[in-house]
Amino acid sequence: MITDLTASELSRQLAAKKLSCAEVAQAYLDRIGRLDGSLGCYLTVDPESTLASAAAAQSKIDAGNAHPLTGVPIAIKDNMSTDGMETTCASKILKGYVPPFDATTVSRVKDAGLTILGKTNLDEFAMGTSTENSAFQLTRNPWDLARSPGGSSGGSAAAVAADLAPLSLGSDTGGSIRQPAALCGVVGFKPSYGRCSRYGLIAFGSSLDQIGPFAKNVEDAALLTELITGHDPMDGTCLKLPPISNANLKSGSLKGLKVALPKELFGSATHPGVLEQVMDAVETLKREGAEISEVSLPSIELGVTTYYIIAPAEASSNLARFDGVRYGVRVEGAGHIGMVEKTRAEGFGHEVKARIMIGTYALSAGYYDAFYLKAQQVRTIMQQEFDKIFQQFDVVLSPTSPIPAFKLGELKLDSLALKLLDFCTIPANLAGMPGISLNCGFTDGLPVGLQLMTAPLQDEKLLQIAYAVEQALPVATQKPSLS
Amino acid sequence: MSISLDEVRHVARLARLALDETEILSFQGELNALLGHFEDIQVIDGSGIEPRSHAVAFQNVWSEDLPGRTLPRNQALSSAPLTRAGLFVVPVILEG
Repeated sequence: MITDLTASELSRQLAAKKLSCAEVAQAYLDRIGRLDGSLGCYLTVDPESTLASAAAAQSKIDAGNAHPLTGVPIAIKDNMSTDGMETTCASKILKGYVPPFDATTVSRVKDAGLTILGKTNLDEFAMGTSTENSAFQLTRNPWDLARSPGGSSGGSAAAVAADLAPLSLGSDTGGSIRQPAALCGVVGFKPSYGRCSRYGLIAFGSSLDQIGPFAKNVEDAALLTELITGHDPMDGTCLKLPPISNANLKSGSLKGLKVALPKELFGSATHPGVLEQVMDAVETLKREGAEISEVSLPSIELGVTTYYIIAPAEASSNLARFDGVRYGVRVEGAGHIGMVEKTRAEGFGHEVKARIMIGTYALSAGYYDAFYLKAQQVRTIMQQEFDKIFQQFDVVLSPTSPIPAFKLGELKLDSLALKLLDFCTIPANLAGMPGISLNCGFTDGLPVGLQLMTAPLQDEKLLQIAYAVEQALPVATQKPSLS
Repeated sequence: MSISLDEVRHVARLARLALDETEILSFQGELNALLGHFEDIQVIDGSGIEPRSHAVAFQNVWSEDLPGRTLPRNQALSSAPLTRAGLFVVPVILEG
């Protein structure tokens, strides 16, 4: 079936004219039509524009000037601006907002001729770990429809897992690509901070946010990564570096690879089934010649607290722009301030308001030193601890999420438990490291994710290692049973 | 450390959020629960540790001061809830 194919396989078949771009796009649109009613991955699909871009992609291939991913469909998280297509951040405050420009990642995807299938569901403004904070709909985990796909990029992760897209884009502020990738059994990659332009990504925590790919395997993820990364003058924090190259993707080896296992990331909160699968993978790496050592990075224990000061502080500032004047919803009130206050009160959901409140409090006079400044110092300590580890080791390995997919509603009232789900992924955002999650097995029929991180800016090396690890792990034959 | 209802109201005003009393109470509980965790990092001795606002250490990104393409006015206004004569409409802020 067309929708079973990986992006690389689709690419080869399109190039060899065994498949046409229209055929591929239609196969995905049909499957979305059949299954997305129960899965809820997409907030917006526009078959007409998808088929039009498939036709344009076909012309590119026929003219012989195609990118390897030309004609391959892709889904985009609904916090990336798409010219002419509604972009809501899964928030009522942006309902009906149609951006007049493309995010840089989106324009690169369009220029290469990928076929955009639609915009995927997320936790409102990417704030959450279950996608349950969407103002519009639930997304269900394809492996068990009673469970969450994780979040915040839950729609993008579930879409790839359910074969409703071969590729998708997500964003990761504290784990929002890697955690849902783990819970849905797909590959999710967060590049080093500064490798991928954030222009047109609706900002949450600007010093933490990065865009990255979801895919069925590392090779596909690396292909898409190369396309979307590289310097962009429109984002001042995007480094003057070339795209993350996949030229040497397959030349990595596990022999002699120095792997660090931070004991803090294998803590008592780790689900036994997750631990078992991750440790089985570690044994496999050992057999392949990797050198495994347990290490300690004490600052990891402070990661969640640090993150829940820094990210809301940045969010409270970033979300000040939603004031009912330039875009989105407007609710009239008494005078200018009354209008702004009512617009925001009605437009934002509870979790977004909570984070704006936390951030405003943490930055307010009298508390700045105790919270924000202190959190920034912990960030320095964490970066220094990781720097030391990476002087001795090639890669840090851990579970991606301490638990597998949880039941929808199960943690909804326990916002602290939900925040702990980011425990293993937050350090990469605070310290700017690249991180990738790949499937390493199943527990009770639910996927388990393995996380790998390297030193900042060693994205090529991380993808090489991830590719070698993926090759060494047993091939997963399971597919979600959907009908 | 705990936060009073008046402080919650003050923060809501700073954040430009018109919260009703039920929400004020709910956020008091949530903020207090989080503040308990914020205590965790108070034990860190920050003396001599440079705070980092960013994962990547760089400052002041400059670009050439050249005219570039900008959005046409009608497109910039296209998503505004209220416009008039090519302008964003805001409530009156100055009386008289």
